[in-house]
Amino acid sequence: MTKNPAIELRQISKSFGPVQANKDITIRVMPGTIHGIIGENGAGKSTLMSILYGFYKADAGEIFVDGKKISIPDSQAAIAAGIGMVFQHFKLVENFSVLENIILGAESGALLSPSLSKARAELAALAAEYELNVDPDSIIEDIGVGMQQRVEILKALYRQANILILDEPTGVLTPAEADQLFRILKRLREEGKTIILITHKLREIMDITDTVSVMRQGEMTATLRTDNTSPEDLAELMVGRKVLLRVDKTPAKPTKPVLEIQNLSMVDDFGVQRLKNINLTVKAGEILGIAGVAGNGQSELLQVLGGYSAATGIIKLNGSEIDLSTSVSGDGQARRALGMAHVPEDRQREGLIMDFMAWENAVFGYHREKSNQVNRFFMDNNAIRQETEEKMKRFDVRPPNPKLTAKNFSGGNQQKIVLAREIERNPDLLLVGQPTRGVDIGAIEFIHQQIVALRDQGKAILLISVELDEILSLSDRVLVMFDGAIMGERNPAKTNEKELGLLMAGVSEKAAQ
Amino acid sequence: MDIMPRWVDIIIVPLLSLFLAAFLSALLIIAIGESPIAALNLMIEGTLLRSAGWGYMLYYTTNFIFTGLAVSVAFHAALFNIGGEGQAMIGGLGVALVCLFIPWPHWTLAIVGASVGAALFGMIWAGLPAYLQAKRGSHIVITTIMFNFIAAGVLNFFLVDVLKPKGSMDPASANFPSTTHLPTFQDLASLFGFEKAFRSAPANVSFFIALLACVAVWYLIWRSPLGYEIRALGKSGPAARYAGVRPVKIIMIAMMISGALCGMMAINTTQGESERLILNFTEGAGFIGIAVALMGRSHPLGVLLAALLFGFLYQGGAELALWTKIPRELIVVIQALVILFTGALSLMVRAPLERFFMSLQKAKE
Amino acid sequence: MIDFLTLLQVLDSSLRLATPLLLVCLAGLFSERAGIFDIGLEGKLLAAAFVSAAFAAITGSVWLGLLAGILASIMLSLLHGLASITLRGDQIISGVAINFLAAGLTVVVAQDLFGQGGRTPPLKSGGRFEPINFPGATSSKGINDAGPLMQLYSELFSGHSLLVYVALLTVPLSWFILYKTRYGLRLRAVGENPAAVDTAGISVVGLRYSAVIIGGVLCGIAGAYIATSLQANFTKDMSAGRGFIALAALIFAKWRPWYALSACLLFGFFFAVDTRFQNILLPAWSLSGFLILIALGLLSYVWRKDYLDKVVLGGLALGISTIAIMIVFSVWNTGASSQIKIPVVFIQSLPYVLTVVVLAGFVGKAIPPRAGGQPYVKER
Repeated sequence: MTKNPAIELRQISKSFGPVQANKDITIRVMPGTIHGIIGENGAGKSTLMSILYGFYKADAGEIFVDGKKISIPDSQAAIAAGIGMVFQHFKLVENFSVLENIILGAESGALLSPSLSKARAELAALAAEYELNVDPDSIIEDIGVGMQQRVEILKALYRQANILILDEPTGVLTPAEADQLFRILKRLREEGKTIILITHKLREIMDITDTVSVMRQGEMTATLRTDNTSPEDLAELMVGRKVLLRVDKTPAKPTKPVLEIQNLSMVDDFGVQRLKNINLTVKAGEILGIAGVAGNGQSELLQVLGGYSAATGIIKLNGSEIDLSTSVSGDGQARRALGMAHVPEDRQREGLIMDFMAWENAVFGYHREKSNQVNRFFMDNNAIRQETEEKMKRFDVRPPNPKLTAKNFSGGNQQKIVLAREIERNPDLLLVGQPTRGVDIGAIEFIHQQIVALRDQGKAILLISVELDEILSLSDRVLVMFDGAIMGERNPAKTNEKELGLLMAGVSEKAAQ
Repeated sequence: MDIMPRWVDIIIVPLLSLFLAAFLSALLIIAIGESPIAALNLMIEGTLLRSAGWGYMLYYTTNFIFTGLAVSVAFHAALFNIGGEGQAMIGGLGVALVCLFIPWPHWTLAIVGASVGAALFGMIWAGLPAYLQAKRGSHIVITTIMFNFIAAGVLNFFLVDVLKPKGSMDPASANFPSTTHLPTFQDLASLFGFEKAFRSAPANVSFFIALLACVAVWYLIWRSPLGYEIRALGKSGPAARYAGVRPVKIIMIAMMISGALCGMMAINTTQGESERLILNFTEGAGFIGIAVALMGRSHPLGVLLAALLFGFLYQGGAELALWTKIPRELIVVIQALVILFTGALSLMVRAPLERFFMSLQKAKE
Repeated sequence: MIDFLTLLQVLDSSLRLATPLLLVCLAGLFSERAGIFDIGLEGKLLAAAFVSAAFAAITGSVWLGLLAGILASIMLSLLHGLASITLRGDQIISGVAINFLAAGLTVVVAQDLFGQGGRTPPLKSGGRFEPINFPGATSSKGINDAGPLMQLYSELFSGHSLLVYVALLTVPLSWFILYKTRYGLRLRAVGENPAAVDTAGISVVGLRYSAVIIGGVLCGIAGAYIATSLQANFTKDMSAGRGFIALAALIFAKWRPWYALSACLLFGFFFAVDTRFQNILLPAWSLSGFLILIALGLLSYVWRKDYLDKVVLGGLALGISTIAIMIVFSVWNTGASSQIKIPVVFIQSLPYVLTVVVLAGFVGKAIPPRAGGQPYVKER
């Protein structure tokens, strides 16, 4: 008799409004194995697992556990079916003890103390069985993220989960903590548990999984046995062979350095080091591309450069050093005055005010410049509107109506509004993050042309993108970032996606050769 | 796409909310055993058909314009200034000190001085909660409520222990000198030969200052780079940060402008009407500002219209109390319902409208 | 100096005045611990006061009055729940609306029912909660001659309305529910991190509704207390800001039941002092010394801070030291007495000032429940 899969998803589909997050996903995971799901950010991995855990409801499709079809309308049903999930952002009550977090929702009676003592005993047993030692009386906010993650695993085990889903579990861990986590996962597998591991890191897949599925843009592109594959193959499947959008451009003629960064490091509010000793230079007349899987410090680099995150190190713009200590209170306007422009990664959250009209957004960040004002106290709204309309026409924004609210434009047109604002300032340095995320093909080409045209005018451009094609077709030099550090530099004409993919996954230069 | 056209959001939603409030109030009036139609007639007769009625209505309106604008400015920065009451009280103190202790030669100068005093005092009283919010993260709603009570204590102290003339039992300051008295609408009408118009009504020239304040706030919010930054911060914190807008600075400035506007309400009540500083002169106007701002969609023109409406309700309510069994507090109920429907339950009002327009769009396609 | 009996009488009246504060404070505690801000406590208190007095006046039974008051308060709680939990509206605005609704409706209905200018008629004996005299307690006539222990027993412990004892019992009960039961654990969790509760398979909406309903019950009892025990009828706006003071006490108590008891007793004491004495005399030198110390503390704090801190807190320090100098000056001038008269309004304002100091986090930072004030929406 063949064993039933521990979990099987058939033709799961889910969309949020117009965005299709999952398309006809089918997966089978055998009991007692570790199954990896790999894909870039936004590929739909987390959505799929949230459906399995009853956090979202699928639009279509079926779920089988141990060969039986079940429906999972809410998390309670998932727990009852023996499914446990460790979310990327832990769902713990920060000022509760470990024990209280573990019993929350799984108490054995109306009174707390019997539940707590029962849990304490059971926790000791679990700790012995799986080598998961945690002090049950510690308060969550006092213990490290590695420990918090153990609490999440224990929470699932305490609820008798047989299937454990972990969403990007190593994102917040140090390498040592990650190794420890993997030992725990192997131990769980030995005990017969089924584990689904969601990650974008190739090394983790190769190290620990038995089987692996690759997701791209909401679709499942392949399911393989890990033994039968290689990091190179997976990198290719993950990034995909998209139609390359070749941009016509002449070789770069870089001149003097515009942006110089030395020993830049940054620690975020949670004490995690996000940038590690970054050194780079962008010269006038070149596009420097930074490739990398999202979440490896690129966003933080842009925030620091844009003037709204504190960091240590040296940043020089046109040869003069920028005071990094003022970033905390917001230094964006001063840096714009020095000749910097910034197309942020997230246009809806940062680049635009979605409730403002197009013309109001067209001066965002530059609203105090003389050219936009009648005098010190009044903005020249009529002139701004008129200028915006012209700009919108030049940048082919549709419809070119400056009085339309930003949220009413499509993604591509929103991006063009941001780009028009930043490029038309004629900056010495342009920071660009994810210029074509969520933008339609036609607009992508236009946006790429604009960026190259700015370079040809002798401006310096720092491009950050998770789209490898984009990096390869636009950049004159490519740096790869992984885990807050620069992994290496490549010439885009002489490298390929495979090589970059390995660097992006944190496989060192030597291993790649 | 926006589901609903803009005009629906600006005009239909507030009107629908008002209609709901009016409908429920009418039910209440019926329950009391009066006729809602007769009540409305009485209100219109006592307010809009007599010049004195207008005089009272515009007096209330003046207060509500100031407090409504104040709440609106704070709303634009996503701050909830519930402390208008306290800021107005302290503003009154400012008016009293300026009027009593500076020998003004003429009311035209006195009103400028009193406005500055009122604005300054109100500004300081709003500045402390603003500072605590901006730098210490103390929730501005709670701190401004506390500051309302503290303001009442301060006002009480000044009236009982400092400003009360010797021998007086009344907790009130001395009468202001006559050179500070503001011309009422009656005085103004007499200039043009209408001696009988606005008889003994309290509306005075500070109404025009309130109108000026509407224009000023309109310029501030929609025309100045400062107002642009206030709105930007209110709409999106992360975007404001990206654009180099400093949250601490904007929170301070927005709240201080808000406090100044609340304070200036006192030139109407204290310098204009009572001509001395008394206890409880604010009569809840600081809170009515919330309803006015919500109803007026935080836009100066909307605030003006909503303030007129509430002025009408307050004067009309007084008429009702005089001639029927309906007490003045009915107006407070209407005010509560307006806040409820335009603010807390707005989704209940909007959702059916949105569904309607959605089906309209589908029908088009 | 005041004598022991006077002190007891002040404490006795502190307890009476603290009782409604305590009940409302605990109501706020349940609601805010579940993540729902409740500015509308004042309105619920007032509505319950009116409805209980009206029912007690009409039926002659204080128990029916209590029940009706609780129901009225629950209705307003449900309105708040509808706005802030189901419709995910603004909790502050909803609370403000509820306060106005209660302030207006109580008077309108009272006027219609009783025609006495928004009041209810005085309640007869069955319509009131009578004082409960403990066995052996001395009557008020004999109190002057009784020994100190007897005075303590008779004046402070005995002779309160049933609801005073109920309120006192509510404290350990709330503590027990909050910290010793499954429900309490879930309630505290939903105010801190509703996502943790949701992923644990528990209904966030259900928990939050239950919390606001408990709040409604407690506000209802408090309302009945002020209209049928503290006073013997309903008068317009008789809640007199107690809902807001209770909110202040809640912050002062850092959202904990036993602290809430102390905070409410302290605030009750301020009000008892305020009603009992016209003016308080304090030694001028130590008072101004104390003020100067506060000013110096502020100055030392701002020494290395930025411009805004210097202006605001420096200005505050300047104001405080000016007052201190004025006190010294006035004592010097009159020469006669080294004691200074403190107007009672300052005693009245103390609860609010203390609350602001606590909120500002200069002394014992009060950290509200982390998910407070935000409607729960599942994240993308």
